[in-house]
Amino acid sequence: MSEKFPFDGRRWHDMGGQDAGPVTPAEHDFALWEKRVDALQVLMSTKGHFTVDGLRRALEDMGEDAYEKYSYYERWIAAVNQNLIEAGLYTLEELGEKMDEARTRGETYGEAARG
Amino acid sequence: MPHDHHDHDHFHHDGMSPSGHPYRADNDEPLSYWQCMEIAVRELLIEKGHVTPAEIAAQIEAMDARSPANGAAVVARAWTDPAFKARLLADASAASAEMGFDIGGLRLIAVENTGDVHNVIVCTLCSCYPRNLLGLPPDWYKTRAYRARTVKEPRKVLAEFGLELPETTQVRVHDSTADMRYIVLPARPAGTEGMDETALAALVTRDSMIGTGLPKTP
Repeated sequence: MSEKFPFDGRRWHDMGGQDAGPVTPAEHDFALWEKRVDALQVLMSTKGHFTVDGLRRALEDMGEDAYEKYSYYERWIAAVNQNLIEAGLYTLEELGEKMDEARTRGETYGEAARG
Repeated sequence: MPHDHHDHDHFHHDGMSPSGHPYRADNDEPLSYWQCMEIAVRELLIEKGHVTPAEIAAQIEAMDARSPANGAAVVARAWTDPAFKARLLADASAASAEMGFDIGGLRLIAVENTGDVHNVIVCTLCSCYPRNLLGLPPDWYKTRAYRARTVKEPRKVLAEFGLELPETTQVRVHDSTADMRYIVLPARPAGTEGMDETALAALVTRDSMIGTGLPKTP
């Protein structure tokens, strides 16, 4: 964490009113994997495994570095995963094994996801 | 699997999308760490019976079906039906549901632009947006520049979108939260007196419902 010192009472995500550069009106159509992350967030929170506050807590605990470095849905899958592990739906070990196995399927997302 | 057919039908296109934006070629690029995590999380949830591929496909389809056109239909109804407009301003979730748009558990609040008031919405803490009516937010809505500056110097931010407001116009900025989302009810443009609801809806842009733009003029 790179909290400012002395601490001004805000965490890094609490950026309202700060200085920043011009707004660049960029947009893109979401990729399949991003839509899947969004769908998992909606479905698993609707099923009661975590709340929007749980999602935010995980996002806000990732720190400024992650916020600047990773894209929106990269941070979201990290936060969804964190909440699902906390909810006991699977373990960190199971996640690691599944990720290792998925990597062996091919070099692209399409190959690793089998579609 | 059925959802694979869905994917092939909807996601493997070349060139530009119907909305005029480039598709991300992520399916063909080297697998990233976070994409790999998405695959693993999804497959673990499916294997353990917490979600089905059909549920995921249906949720993606439902989100894809939401678009600014839904909000435009609501705005056009409000422009032509004063009783509906009153209900919209009282409870935008319920008024949207009347038109068949399910807003879910989010509280939606419509804020009205008038001759001397202009509203704009932002989420300084994250990315809260009326997604259940308008679809997913544009990338710029989630940027540091938009989130940080809109509450401090809204006129300058709006000018960067090409919207120069007269000094006499009061600008009201609404900071959304996870449970409470805003939508701007833009003012009906002059010269649209004879137009029906469908023609009016075609004038309502996404940005006019965020407040970073105005409706088109006929």
